[in-house]
Amino acid sequence: MAHILLKELRKSYAGQEVIHGVSMDIADGEFVVIVGPSGCGKSTLLRMVAGLEGITAGTIEIGGRVVNDLEPRDRDIAMVFQNYALYPHMSVRENMAYGLKISKMPKPEIEQRVARAATMLELEPYLDRKPRALSGGQRQRVAMGRALVREPSALLLDEPLSNLDAKLRVQMRLQIKDMHLRTGQTTLYVTHDQVEAMTLADRLIVMNKGIAEQIATPSEVYRTPASEFVAGFIGSPAMNIFTIRAEAGTAILPGGHRLAIAGIPASGEVRLGLRPEDLEVTDADTASIPIDLRSVEHLGADAFGYGVIVGSDILLTLRLPGTSTAQRGDRLNVAPFPGRLHLFSIETGKRI
Amino acid sequence: MNRTVFPHKLLPWLLVTPQLAITVIFFYWPAAQAFRQSMLREDAFGLSTSFVGFSNFRRVLSDPNYLNALQVTVIFSILVAFCAMSIALFLAVQAEKIVRGKGFYRTMMIWPYAVAPAIAGMLWLFMFNPSFGTLAWPLRQLGIAWNPLLDGEQAMGLVVAASTWKQISYNFLFFVAGLQAIPRSLQEAAAVDGASRRHAFWTIVFPLLAPTTFFLLVVNTVYALFDTFGIIHAVTGGGPGKSTETLVYKVYNDGFVNLIMGDSAAQSVILMVIVIGLTAFQFRFIERRVHYG
Ligand SMILES: Nc1ncnc2c1ncn2[C@@H]1O[C@H](COP(=O)(O)OP(=O)(O)O)[C@@H](O)[C@H]1O
Ligand SMILES: [Mg+2]
Repeated sequence: MAHILLKELRKSYAGQEVIHGVSMDIADGEFVVIVGPSGCGKSTLLRMVAGLEGITAGTIEIGGRVVNDLEPRDRDIAMVFQNYALYPHMSVRENMAYGLKISKMPKPEIEQRVARAATMLELEPYLDRKPRALSGGQRQRVAMGRALVREPSALLLDEPLSNLDAKLRVQMRLQIKDMHLRTGQTTLYVTHDQVEAMTLADRLIVMNKGIAEQIATPSEVYRTPASEFVAGFIGSPAMNIFTIRAEAGTAILPGGHRLAIAGIPASGEVRLGLRPEDLEVTDADTASIPIDLRSVEHLGADAFGYGVIVGSDILLTLRLPGTSTAQRGDRLNVAPFPGRLHLFSIETGKRI
Repeated sequence: MNRTVFPHKLLPWLLVTPQLAITVIFFYWPAAQAFRQSMLREDAFGLSTSFVGFSNFRRVLSDPNYLNALQVTVIFSILVAFCAMSIALFLAVQAEKIVRGKGFYRTMMIWPYAVAPAIAGMLWLFMFNPSFGTLAWPLRQLGIAWNPLLDGEQAMGLVVAASTWKQISYNFLFFVAGLQAIPRSLQEAAAVDGASRRHAFWTIVFPLLAPTTFFLLVVNTVYALFDTFGIIHAVTGGGPGKSTETLVYKVYNDGFVNLIMGDSAAQSVILMVIVIGLTAFQFRFIERRVHYG
């Protein structure tokens, strides 16, 4: 168990900076998820914490100790790799015991720990098998087991579920959550999947091009995204975001529709963000946005309507009740729930 | 599955004929000739031959010179195979660590392979010949009584060194390829698991390299047994005395220098049996312990 401190971390490859100063204070026992699109530097950040990549600038502390120049083995961490990196010539048992043997732990205790992990991960029948004789899900569990038996200060996982099929991914996600509740281990988890990020995290780091756009709890990230990037990245279906013009406190929408929005600047252009579930179908006479429905998808409990704002080509997604009878070609008037809209600066992308 | 079916039976045979012809002409036919010859005895002038059964074999196997050659071969082969493989592995591991100039380093490492054995032998001779060798004088200055023309052990050291040097390139190439096939993440996992680089090498990298190592063991054994003839011929000529006379060299010596064709043929048949036996042994007992990823 340990608390992890990242201070102004930077990383350059051959003069090209890919991590531009990330800072974060991770509490003991916290589950932090690093999420972002492919290539944004998630793995690099995690690997810097692990000691597999050098640090160009900044400091990393684990358990109150600066570990910048320590080898991975001196950092008291364990890691689960995306491709699992199981030792192919060793049995499941040997894979899990490898690190314990190196730390010169007495044999009975090694056996005890491996047995405990095997029980927890339902791996007992496979202990004497080689990794190649295991399914993807079993390999993943072995990788988890190998990390857990060492009871490290911090557990690092790099997209551990991305090689599994959808159903298994949900199962393993629940198991990982469960395991974290049981062990209370400080955990850093990398994923590009926002569902994994939202369901697992105590706190999220949303990364974009080597910058931490927002560090907050999942609900904060969802309710008050700090930037247009975060708003667009988190949430499915994605938030509707388009440019509006402000004129004397009212907003002019694409197509020329006027809408009173609290808190918009007196003049100039801003980006308006509306989540699909924050749009309500209303009567034509109230302040609303008219849209022409292009298509409706029924998912059972919910339905999603896709339409364009009348007089423009801006596409809006809105959530409809599952019982809705709206269909392609209908004209609907929708109004945003007050207080649920998001404004972002055009220049900086930051929340206003 | 899509199987190609030839319209008649002859064509497939026709297509494999060139390969079969090469194998038959250059392998089976000479082997059969050696076998036939090993049962014959020629008179001193080569005018008449007579069938003598296995008596050539009996004489060869009870000849102390032959047993000496066998012993020399065993020592020589083990030394060459071990040195060539371990040095090549060491260099390949070092080459992996290089960041800049990797390609240049590798190219330079592969170079010696392009040198013909006899020429490699000459190079080493020029360096270490006691009277005109470039390095012989410095060795003597260091207090070493350097004279491989008289000292059998020094002569052995010299041919082992030359043969090893020649084979390192080949082994290096295969070890580099073998190392590249091992995913980096395995070594990273080991590093996170607490292994030092040395420990990770012996517990992860080396075991995973076993298929390459095994392949090279077979190739190097055959190399040491046969292909080093040119080097020995150029450097020591089997001497001093018979201290560097290997089995192959003795086959050549008895057959083409002393012109005892029957004995020479019997020796080459024995050698063939030894190589087949050794390779079979390697596949049977060592390969079983090899883990193919
Ligand atoms: N060894 C490397 N050398 C040069 N550039 C690298 C290296 N590793 C990663 N990068 C670059 O750093 C950026 C972040 O990579 P990475 O952390 O792997 O992204 P993610 O895990 O978020 O997909 C990418 O643009 C990638 O091209
Ligand atoms: Mg990655």
